[in-house]
Amino acid sequence: MKKLLKTTLSVLAGLTLSLNTLAAGGVALDSANTDINDQKSLQNGAKLFMNYCSGCHSIEFMRYNRIGKDLNISDADVEKNLMFNSEKIGEKIISSMSKTGAVQWFGTTPPDLSLVARSKGPDWIYTYLRSFYKDEARPFGVNNKILVNASMPDVLWELKKNKSAQDFDQDVRDITNFLDYVGEPAKLVRVDLGYKVLSFLFVLFILSYLLKKEYWKDVKYGKWRAKD
Amino acid sequence: MDNNKSWIDQRFPLTKVWNEHLAEYYTPRNFNFWYFFGSLAMLVLVMQIMTGIFLTMHFKPDEANAFASVEYIMRDVNWGWLIRYLHSTGASAFFIVIYLHMFRALLYGSYKAPRELIWILGMVLYIALMAEAFMGYVLPWGQMSYWGAQVIISLFGSVPFIGPDLLVWILGDYAVGDPALNRFFALHVIALPLILVVLVFLHIVALHTVGSNNPDGIEIKENKDKDGIPKDGIPFHPYYSVKDIVGVVVFLMIFSSIVFFAPALNGYFLEHANFIEANPLKTPDHIAPLWYLTPFYSVLRAIPPMFGSQFPGVVGMFAALLILLALPWLDRSKVKSIRYRSWPYKVALGIFVISFIVLGWLGMEPVTPINSLLAKIFTVTYFGFFVLMPWFTSIGKTKEVPARVTE
Amino acid sequence: MLEQEIDLKKRRFLTNATSVVGAVGVGFVAWPFLSTWLPSARAKAAGAPVDVDITKLEPGQLVRVLWRKKPVWIFRRDASTIAALKTLDSELLDPDNQEDQQPVYAKNKHRSIKAEVAVIVGVCTHLGCSPTYRPELGAADLGGDSWKGGFYCPCHGSKFDLAGRVYKGAPAPTNLVIPPHHFVSDSLIRIGVDQKAS
Repeated sequence: MKKLLKTTLSVLAGLTLSLNTLAAGGVALDSANTDINDQKSLQNGAKLFMNYCSGCHSIEFMRYNRIGKDLNISDADVEKNLMFNSEKIGEKIISSMSKTGAVQWFGTTPPDLSLVARSKGPDWIYTYLRSFYKDEARPFGVNNKILVNASMPDVLWELKKNKSAQDFDQDVRDITNFLDYVGEPAKLVRVDLGYKVLSFLFVLFILSYLLKKEYWKDVKYGKWRAKD
Repeated sequence: MDNNKSWIDQRFPLTKVWNEHLAEYYTPRNFNFWYFFGSLAMLVLVMQIMTGIFLTMHFKPDEANAFASVEYIMRDVNWGWLIRYLHSTGASAFFIVIYLHMFRALLYGSYKAPRELIWILGMVLYIALMAEAFMGYVLPWGQMSYWGAQVIISLFGSVPFIGPDLLVWILGDYAVGDPALNRFFALHVIALPLILVVLVFLHIVALHTVGSNNPDGIEIKENKDKDGIPKDGIPFHPYYSVKDIVGVVVFLMIFSSIVFFAPALNGYFLEHANFIEANPLKTPDHIAPLWYLTPFYSVLRAIPPMFGSQFPGVVGMFAALLILLALPWLDRSKVKSIRYRSWPYKVALGIFVISFIVLGWLGMEPVTPINSLLAKIFTVTYFGFFVLMPWFTSIGKTKEVPARVTE
Repeated sequence: MLEQEIDLKKRRFLTNATSVVGAVGVGFVAWPFLSTWLPSARAKAAGAPVDVDITKLEPGQLVRVLWRKKPVWIFRRDASTIAALKTLDSELLDPDNQEDQQPVYAKNKHRSIKAEVAVIVGVCTHLGCSPTYRPELGAADLGGDSWKGGFYCPCHGSKFDLAGRVYKGAPAPTNLVIPPHHFVSDSLIRIGVDQKAS
């Protein structure tokens, strides 16, 4: 049994590795190394996202007040610092950009980012945002190593210019962390809940195991052994 | 209490059913690890029905709203994320449990006479479960749902003569779209679950008629004491009920670990591309069915088109599934359990298990020349297991089967 | 081992302990399922407070808005209507608002913050129909001369005055509900939230 388990685990680990490299289309991704429990990082990520990204990108499955509740930001602060496109705190986060305008400016509609962390993964977002380089051939003068010929301009160039490389990486990490949270808000609670559920099941396991052992004494000591 | 009991018993055989199927249903006392999976399969079925009912209350089977309604469940519905993860993890758990349950039958010859009908009912259950899982996977209307459905349904289009018309009939449209989503929803939430429940009932009725096999492959009914109770039997209740509870709790611990710590299981239980809404204009770079269907998908890809038709591959895929039904008659061995089988069977079973796993793995990988060759080789060994079974089960020396079960 | 050596006490204890812990577990599992029936974030967002501009509301005019999927009436009362409200006590079931059907700031004869502006949830307290607005004095079908204007429920005939108070003898057991609300400015009412909460 043990051996079987070990081989299964190692096979699974191998598959996981191969999948990660596959997702990048061959280019190795930098590890985003985000921590969903780091509330400061999430708050900063939310602020940066709302300032730099939400003009064009919606996160249509997310509501303002949910972010406030989950990231411990008061409704008043959400309205003041995060809500630019909407009037009501319970509304979804929809970019102000009209679709026709988007197609005119970028040749495409900026995708909704509610689930980008789930489809592409945090490492991809982190690497993508840090992989813009100058390319005069492109409409916005920049290109991207991960998503070649991306239609998106390097919206974070100002941050990159004015901050140390380390601080810039941290900002990108915070945005990534925020998008990871946006991809699955339940992530904030499910791990903690998981430990509680497992502890409970462990107690139940001990009890049921003792119960089984107690009853199976009959079988072991012959109450149900053949009467011959 | 006793008064109530007799009042009911005069009108409904409550005590009789209780005794026949639990308290006086005699089960071999030597069940091992592999015998947990039958009751676990029942547990997962009940869980899937429960979580499914609650998901149905919030899901919208509509091309325009399905994807958003799943995210609505994940975010806006109180505890919706948990119900959804229980259901999505439950689907994969169902197949893990069923595959182990089936492997047990192969190990101990549980499909052999007099249990052929149990095996056949079980196989029909397995096929119905695959249909159920496939249609369920279409409902979230992500890219994988959409393109997976497109690929699988297109297979019907390769049927000679009627294929194209059949395809349009199944889809109710010229491609996968709203009508398909809507009818798959109906089949997924009511038609197939009803069939599954009825089949499970029949599976258990058949089992309780002939009685359980066991790791020694001995018929305990052939050795009864003077009261007519099998000497190697113990009442299912309380002995196996308390034992199965332990199995259930251990299963729930593993299951919860996935639900709470890795619900997508790195793309194996919830695929990454399925978090992008279905887009009929753009196929994802790499599409594969969920892991539990991939062995058969590999067989499909391994068989080359013939006479300009994909049909042989489709036939091969369904043959890979249906050939399992013939197992009770292909096995010529005098003994049931692997413990007493001759070495050729042990080798063949090993090769079969490896073939199945490798085919499953290949089905998730992109097609490359090497993968393609591997798929062909293992498709041959897969079918070889069945085709050669009458031969390798009748050669080699089997061990003597004891009269009574061993510890 | 002989049968009498079985420790029945231990067996019973373990059976009970496992059953109780298992039942607690089932209870814990039941909660998420049952709570999926509570209003979702979407329902809550849709039930958010509603703003109503009353600048153009004439005396006697009534507007309906939806708040939490229920009709809310906003109407302006003139001086004679307000005066009439004080004369009806003997005909009403609960003229002094003993039942808790309104926020404290509406626990007065006119059941509103300002006497001339009424804000009432337009759902009959009997079985949930929405009564019709019958402001005309002395309507023949509603008791003739004694009718000082009010609301009439077409489903089961309950009658309410222009402060939403129920008449005696009607099937409706209580006055109509006054929703939480406040004046953001003289001309803007926010329905759904009390003054202090905002």
